[in-house]
Amino acid sequence: MRYFRLIWANLLRAKRRTFLTVFSIAIALFLFCTLRTVITSFEASLRASEATRLVVRHGASLVFPLPLAYRERLVQVPGITGVSYGNWFGGFYQDPKNQFAQFAMDVPTMFDLFPEVLVPADQIQAFRSERTAAIIGKALAKKYGWKVGDPVPIVGTIYPGDWRFVVRGIYEGKTKDVDESSLFFHWDYLNESMPEGRKNQVGIYWIRVQSPDMAADVSRRVDAMFENSPQPTKTETEKAFQAGFISMIGNVQLLLTIIGSAIVFAIMLVTINTMMMAARERTTEIAVLKTLGYSDGLILRLVGGEALLVSLLGGILGCGLAALVFRESDFTAGGFFPNFRVLPETILAGLLLAVLMGILSGIVPAVTAARLQVASALRKVA
Amino acid sequence: MAIPLQYNIRNLFARKGSTLLTAVGIGLVSWVFIFTLALAGGFQAALQETGSHENAIVVRNGSTAELTSILPRDVAAAIESQPEIARAPDGTPLVAHELVVVWNLERKNGTSTNVVVRGVTPKSFVLHSKVRLVEGRMFRPGLEEVVVGKLANARIAHLGVGDKIKLAGHAWSVVGVFDAQGTSFDSEIWGDVELFMPVFDRPVYQSVTFRLDDPSHFAAIQKRLESDPRMSVQVKHEDDFYAAQSATLAGLLRGLGLFVTLIMALGAVFGALNTMYAAVGARTREIGTLLALGFSRGAILTSFLIESVLLATLGGLLGCLLVLPVNGITTSTTNFASFSEIAFRFQVTPMMLLSGMIFAAVMGALGGWFPSRNAARRVIVEALRQA
Repeated sequence: MRYFRLIWANLLRAKRRTFLTVFSIAIALFLFCTLRTVITSFEASLRASEATRLVVRHGASLVFPLPLAYRERLVQVPGITGVSYGNWFGGFYQDPKNQFAQFAMDVPTMFDLFPEVLVPADQIQAFRSERTAAIIGKALAKKYGWKVGDPVPIVGTIYPGDWRFVVRGIYEGKTKDVDESSLFFHWDYLNESMPEGRKNQVGIYWIRVQSPDMAADVSRRVDAMFENSPQPTKTETEKAFQAGFISMIGNVQLLLTIIGSAIVFAIMLVTINTMMMAARERTTEIAVLKTLGYSDGLILRLVGGEALLVSLLGGILGCGLAALVFRESDFTAGGFFPNFRVLPETILAGLLLAVLMGILSGIVPAVTAARLQVASALRKVA
Repeated sequence: MAIPLQYNIRNLFARKGSTLLTAVGIGLVSWVFIFTLALAGGFQAALQETGSHENAIVVRNGSTAELTSILPRDVAAAIESQPEIARAPDGTPLVAHELVVVWNLERKNGTSTNVVVRGVTPKSFVLHSKVRLVEGRMFRPGLEEVVVGKLANARIAHLGVGDKIKLAGHAWSVVGVFDAQGTSFDSEIWGDVELFMPVFDRPVYQSVTFRLDDPSHFAAIQKRLESDPRMSVQVKHEDDFYAAQSATLAGLLRGLGLFVTLIMALGAVFGALNTMYAAVGARTREIGTLLALGFSRGAILTSFLIESVLLATLGGLLGCLLVLPVNGITTSTTNFASFSEIAFRFQVTPMMLLSGMIFAAVMGALGGWFPSRNAARRVIVEALRQA
């Protein structure tokens, strides 16, 4: 663009104003990316779920367990190629504020059902062969400084008592969306420790089906099989199950969208104001340019281009800052968002928004400048 | 001598468009500020006010919520026999042993959610004194009848008076709706605990709540029960118990709100700086005139600062007005301590509005300071010569 230098020189002339405007736009887009990332972090579990994995739980309520005996029946259902199970442990480390997910898992089957949990082979061996062993996620290990071989004491709430596990492995997720802040230990260890009345109770069964299009059919078949038993089941895809959890958080998505829109709108108003002031101050100059033979269309592009450039600079700065800050700081909001990272889609949306802000804030001053009558403009100032 | 306030007000009116844009920008920041406070405040109030300070609640040691607690019948009986418990007019102790389960039910919009189903005794209605029946009648003990909280009634399918709701394989008649004044009980379903125990196959209670005959006796009964070797329990003031459940989420909401508004305020201050610099720049000759007339530099600084604060306060006022319609809107989230849905209302308090106004004024002062100082430093001759 030939006139880029002219636009650039105009911006540099009022350095303070350009700086302030670019930064206020950067701030708006930084916040936009942050809020948007809150939403996408909630949805990470959706992206991490496998289309062939189904969740079987008690039909009425998560607080009721299913009998261990269901396992044998599930294995025989045609179309099911793998069954694992586990219980949500619900304990905490030292203080109730230190919460992270702990699951008692059926160790022989868990790595088959959860191929996205990656552990070095020797660590899997060590984990398998020790009753009180646990594997923990990389993020969790980092947060508390735990290493392989460290003891991890956990206070149980659903399963009361002081539990002591030994870290025998640290897992990584196959993709970035896999949660790396959980602790897995032996379901058998939990079961052995339970009193007679609470033995052989399973919280959740995970089953794998041959192909995603069998999910609905297998779900129906499983639920029908247990329909008239004292413990009816509810079977759904892992994705639907996770979506249920996300919906429990409530209207967060709507609330954050409202807040985000308010922010972008507020900063846009401020930017419009600045652009109008900038153009107004330069009335004489624009009239002179026109006298020199600059066409209306060119003036329109010059003034509009200035607004667009300011917005785009702000957008790049704001979105870049968000991507950088949240990647470098391991921000988790106290463990609430285990993998808080800005997605490329979010950055793209932020940049588009910046362009939109640039167009909207530049349109009024640009049109005004293009329509300017040279004679009256020059007379007004003189 | 001070420059009359009239000068600033007229100036703001003279630049209507610019004033409005800047004020709305700042107003929206105040709006977001109050909005997030109202969200966190409403959630916290719903839980905090669920408990009453004159009541104590007993749960199993280590349980932060009723859901993970187990109290066998003999433990409940031992608690009931404590001497510090207040008496009803008929001489019986004011104790309610309750059963709590979470049930997966369908919302009116077709999605599903977890609802607290609580088995209660007649004493529960005395102890949870905010609960009032507002429609229909009370359930009759021994019959498959339930009463429901008004927010559950509004949001969950099949919970109207006269409806039947399926729980644990039985069809329960909904016979009444109660109002618990916005507390978490409003999202619950209540029925006869003695009937619930066999039906839900739960031979134990989750909590025992009692009224103290004298609040000062709390420490004594707490110590005795918690050190009793026959039971492993913890005793808490009922209000503290529920407040603790809201602490994490309310803290997170407040933290997010503060984070967002502080950063956003920075953006708005930048905008205000631009506006005020432009205002000062456009009025260079006026400033020169004021100086020539003998107004002191201090007076000029004060005047421009006042103008900026006035502009921002106008925005704050706008933000307050715009946030008022949000007050009372019901939304819902999950109380992760009980793993169930809790509906609550946005609560805009006068204190929040005041904070929003102060917040706006501070933004105005910050945004006005440098341009005002700039204005006050003008040199008469140059200022008059310019433009």
